[in-house]
Amino acid sequence: MKTSIFFGSARAAVLLLVALTLTGCASMNEKDPYENYNRSVFNFNDAVDRNALKPAATAYKAVLPSFVQTGVNNFFGNLSDLWSSANNVMQGKGERGLSDFTRVLINSTFGLVGVIDIASDAGLPKHNEDFGQTLGYWGVPSGPYIMLPLLGPSTLRDTAGLPVDIAADPWGYGITSRARNIGTVVRVVDQRAVLLDASNLLEDAALDRYEFIRDGYLQRRKSQVFDGEDSRKAAKEARAEEELAAPKVVKTVYSDDAAPVAPVAPEAAKPMPPVATMPAETTVPATPVSSETTTK
Amino acid sequence: MKLIKQLLAAATVAMATSTFAIAAEAPDALVKRISNDVIDTAKSDKDIQAGNRKKVMDLVETKILPHVDFMRMTQQAAGPHWRSATPEQQKNLAAEFRTLLIFTYSGALSQIKNETVDFKPMRASAEDKEVEVRSSVNVARGEPVTLNYRLAKGTDGNWKIYDINVLGAWLVETYKGTFATEINKSGVDGLIKTLSERNKKLASAPIKPAK
Repeated sequence: MKTSIFFGSARAAVLLLVALTLTGCASMNEKDPYENYNRSVFNFNDAVDRNALKPAATAYKAVLPSFVQTGVNNFFGNLSDLWSSANNVMQGKGERGLSDFTRVLINSTFGLVGVIDIASDAGLPKHNEDFGQTLGYWGVPSGPYIMLPLLGPSTLRDTAGLPVDIAADPWGYGITSRARNIGTVVRVVDQRAVLLDASNLLEDAALDRYEFIRDGYLQRRKSQVFDGEDSRKAAKEARAEEELAAPKVVKTVYSDDAAPVAPVAPEAAKPMPPVATMPAETTVPATPVSSETTTK
Repeated sequence: MKLIKQLLAAATVAMATSTFAIAAEAPDALVKRISNDVIDTAKSDKDIQAGNRKKVMDLVETKILPHVDFMRMTQQAAGPHWRSATPEQQKNLAAEFRTLLIFTYSGALSQIKNETVDFKPMRASAEDKEVEVRSSVNVARGEPVTLNYRLAKGTDGNWKIYDINVLGAWLVETYKGTFATEINKSGVDGLIKTLSERNKKLASAPIKPAK
């Protein structure tokens, strides 16, 4: 039920967007030409949040033991890692894609179907990626800001990517619709519970919450698309640098294994080829290494 | 023996590379020190965790504020409107903005529990007057939280923070839109008034400690 609402609302939002684009309602802000529409959806979402979601999340957080909440969060996080992994590959980040895929393998098995995130402890950090980010990475502009009913802030690009994300989400395949719906509700409440402290802070910090969230969100999305850098090139360089700094994370996970999926030559105690061109005593590269290294 | 050799080698490299460490504490070292100091204090102090406002504010005032350039922060958030403001308005605006950020930051501080911070190697050269220090906060659930700082070197050689990036959004940039809207609507005085009303409201409300 819930999923179909989500699907329906996403579709409705797309239709509405087309209508809005055709009529082209004017606004002061170039990033937010549909501000009037967005504000009314924001108010609607806010009402839903205040009356249903936030109270549910507050109760969830107060009642359930912390380890249960962590387990729920990890379980759904593990499911999303699979799609993150695929998106990393689609962005040419083979290294990260493999790392996220390894996360899923480890957490799904040793981590008891994802409930325990042992991969993070083993040095495989989570990289959240979605299809909107993949589109953005390859140069699709974000387009105007859009507030989606129930789903919250988005952009035209990310809204276009959303149906793909929803279809690719492993949750809901192979289980009864009843189980799927209950799970979706738990997932949404859990996500909201994680954000409780932050949203309380936001209430204090923002003079106009709509504007504050919009301006923060658009920056955050841009940062996510390029992994905290300014451009695709900078992100690529930063990744190369990161791999130089800690190239053997996967190896620690597979310490007593032949490491069939390890992307880097495990016995790389010696620096990798690109490093050899730099002065040997440089401990940390002061400037980004520009050459393409291990990722092809 | 090997250890001593390594230490010597490390010391040599450190001396050769860190020329600006002589003038003043390097920006990344500064941020790291403040960050660790604040987190340790917040973690060990039961009053802070319970949301004792005075204690939290004391911590912010003594450990963080001396290293933040609020004038610059406010100036950038106000954008082109800054120049049209009188010195008196500039001073008041910076003061109110400062108070708002202190309240917000205090709220964040009382939520610190088991977080740890990882610092990334800084990409800057010794001549740089402005640098970015990057860190990520490991939280109990989900992806680590980005926490970056922009620092500028003052005329006295000391580094001061003038912008913070949380989760990919820069604080100054995020306030820019709101400031502009407010100033366009009711002038600089209108913005000062809005800020001061918000601060009064926050001053009378209790800090919400983390559950």
